[in-house]
Amino acid sequence: MAEQAIATPMTRRDLLGAGAGLFVFFGADLEAQEPVRLPGRQSGPSDFNAYLKIGADGRVTCLGGKVELGQGAMTELAMALAEELAVALDTVDVVLGDTDLCPFDMGTFGSMCTPLLVPAVRRAGAEAKAVLLAMTAERLNVPAGQLRAEAGIISESSHPSNAVTYGQLVEGKRIERRLANVPVKTGAFQVMGSSPRRRDGPDKVTGSARYAGDILLPGLLHAAILRPPAHGASLKSADTSEAEKIPGVRVVREGSLVAVLHERPDVARAAREKVRAEFDNPPAGPDDRTIFDHFLKIAPEPRVVAHSGDLAEGERLAAAVVEQTYLNSYVAHAPMETHSATAQVEDGKVTVWASSQAPFQVKNAVASALGVTAEKVRVISRYVGGGFGGKTEADQGVEAARLARLTGKPVQVVYSREEEFFYDRFRPAAVMKIRAGLANGKIVLWDGQVYGAGEREADPFYEIPHRRIASVGGWQGGNPPGMHPFSVGAWRAPSVNSNTFARESHIDLLAAKAAMDPLAFRLNNLANGRIRRVLETAAREFGWTPAGTPSGRGFGMACGVYSNACNATIAEVAVNRATGAIQVKRVLMALDEGMVVNPDGMRQQAEGSVMMGLGYSLGEEIRFRNGEVLSNNFDSYRIPRFSWLPKIQIVLLDNPDTPALGGGEPPIISMGAALANAVFDAVGARVLQLPMTPERVKAALAQS
Amino acid sequence: MERSVSFTLNGQSTTVKTDDERMLLWVLRSDLGLTGTKFGCGEGLCGACTVIVEDEALRSCATPLKQVAGKRVLTIEGIGQHGLHAIQRAFLSHQAFQCGYCTPGMILSAYALLLKTPHPTREQVARHMEDNLCRCGAHPRILDAIQEAAGAAKAGA
Ligand code: FES
Ligand code: FES
Repeated sequence: MAEQAIATPMTRRDLLGAGAGLFVFFGADLEAQEPVRLPGRQSGPSDFNAYLKIGADGRVTCLGGKVELGQGAMTELAMALAEELAVALDTVDVVLGDTDLCPFDMGTFGSMCTPLLVPAVRRAGAEAKAVLLAMTAERLNVPAGQLRAEAGIISESSHPSNAVTYGQLVEGKRIERRLANVPVKTGAFQVMGSSPRRRDGPDKVTGSARYAGDILLPGLLHAAILRPPAHGASLKSADTSEAEKIPGVRVVREGSLVAVLHERPDVARAAREKVRAEFDNPPAGPDDRTIFDHFLKIAPEPRVVAHSGDLAEGERLAAAVVEQTYLNSYVAHAPMETHSATAQVEDGKVTVWASSQAPFQVKNAVASALGVTAEKVRVISRYVGGGFGGKTEADQGVEAARLARLTGKPVQVVYSREEEFFYDRFRPAAVMKIRAGLANGKIVLWDGQVYGAGEREADPFYEIPHRRIASVGGWQGGNPPGMHPFSVGAWRAPSVNSNTFARESHIDLLAAKAAMDPLAFRLNNLANGRIRRVLETAAREFGWTPAGTPSGRGFGMACGVYSNACNATIAEVAVNRATGAIQVKRVLMALDEGMVVNPDGMRQQAEGSVMMGLGYSLGEEIRFRNGEVLSNNFDSYRIPRFSWLPKIQIVLLDNPDTPALGGGEPPIISMGAALANAVFDAVGARVLQLPMTPERVKAALAQS
Repeated sequence: MERSVSFTLNGQSTTVKTDDERMLLWVLRSDLGLTGTKFGCGEGLCGACTVIVEDEALRSCATPLKQVAGKRVLTIEGIGQHGLHAIQRAFLSHQAFQCGYCTPGMILSAYALLLKTPHPTREQVARHMEDNLCRCGAHPRILDAIQEAAGAAKAGA
């Protein structure tokens, strides 16, 4: 059934057909809160702002422009709507990531679903319920104050049999009544705060979840596109005659796009191998070893992004100064589903199923590539097999749409794993220099420069009277020309993983210099109550006892902030001095995520962050040379696996007074420093570069 | 070379006429329309494409069609045909997935393990699942789910 629904898509008319439901319309208040970093910012049309629909059968549809990437958006939005509308959770259906059906959304990134879309859906639900109560009051001639709404039924409190269902109320009518300023619930939640089963579960455990590459349409052709061997290599010539001899193969060229198509994906790929192509050699460029010097050489003076006091005064006050340079490599998103898209052009209407975190951006990109108006393009991103920031752009959607138009057939483009690595917009490599001064257990000076990572969370939240932070380059563009040899982009908690690694590593260096316990040192320099609380909670739950570092125990801590969520992580490791291998035994994480809508969903994100954090901290690193990406599959790019799994303890702090915060990114930010500090605590060797490969651990041991 | 290849797919006898050197993954997904078996790497490195052939977990991206001629093949579409399998139920109750893309391969790998080792230790489960990759980090829950499914099997469920 699900497959039918996708193969012959529901239309907005089906959903919003005249007389079939009640609509609640919203002003464009979401738009004001959108981040400014991304291009293509636009407001949603005012008549396209419906977040919910109540069917004549009483079932409720929740509509959201976000995408289910695995982070549990479907479940969380259903919970939010069920709560405010007062309907049973299992009567809510969720439709996400469909640009024809769902209200405009910038994209699913920056952990914004919980802080922005959940409130919007809650307001929609609250307003709809108030309208329904008002309608019922008129219909039953009972004052609204004597009515109660529960499980989709409105009844008179004193005569429960005097009742009407939501379905009966809206049946046969189209209602556009609005009520201003309807408050959402502030407590006594019945659904929010619980941990129901995920809505996407049945589809996912039975294999019936359809991802973009699972859309099979009559006459579908699979495209294998000719790709350059290296970034910067341009196509000189392509002889496709051998490929064209394979029965059923079609070759299409448009500009530099050369595609081999066949009704079977493997045959198309094999045929692409027969294309004899010549590319210009790209100019020589940096490799994964020289990249850091390359940054320092070509980058202009970092721009000051935060400043207080007077650095000279800080220098004068400091009894000791600690200076260090931290590095991290490029890392890949490596979602298990590669970028995929299926496109169809029918009667001038373009439909693209795309694995994308930002279907509305894909819609605009497809429209401009095809030279059609955006209304002619529909993008559907129902299930996406992981994103982590890497599916914000969806070039494959544009490729599939162009090829569908060129061939007159539906076309599917599924990146090979090698293409996925090649075209990934990596987390940028980075250099972070920090010079900090210490006096009587207090930090009196902090002078930091960031190259490549971006500035977010580079400014320490510790109480430091004399500080200056400067930054150049970053994941969101604005990089000096030639700085990164390929595209970079948002990788789960962009720039914050790098800056937290550097800052919290440096804090432990200072603690060691001050001969203080790392927890006591942090608390001694920290006024922020929420961060203090996560640190203290983590320490208590972990069983931290004060000791100077290195203590030989292999315990390391780090704390961080991401989009107002606070995190403290403590890791326990063992280090094999002979091999340099790090074994992570235990990770405990305390999180202040504000009010938690779905505690188990939050835990899933935190557990996943621990695993992914192990990856960027211990093993993941893109190797490259002269524009060629040498790490191109899961043998040359190792991601965490079952044998890496430590004991994981997640502690969610109770903080109902802070609104719910995004949960996908904050838990990953402290992993690098917690592990680096744990390694130092175990063996006294400071590893200054992520990932902490065995070679780097051995080199640090040799220096310690 | 193009031949008719017959095998039993999810309990049904099936014949495909195609180049029998082609990998089973593509025949399942494209020729037969069974898209529950996923493509992740194409090189036998991720386990997303795992299927069961004669009770063994195999990487369908690296298994030529001719290798399954006359054999029993089970995919994710086949294991819950008569109500969800205990492993599927345990994946649901432990929420042992996020994006779900690795899930069919995980479930089928676990299925093969439990056929051979009905009561594995956690270490045995982890070792068996080592080469099934999950980028979302559902690992602890996947281990929990498989152990629970093994327990349910023990209890005769
Ligand atoms: S697709 Fe077969 S192992 Fe990865
Ligand atoms: S659940 Fe996403 S890859 Fe495993």
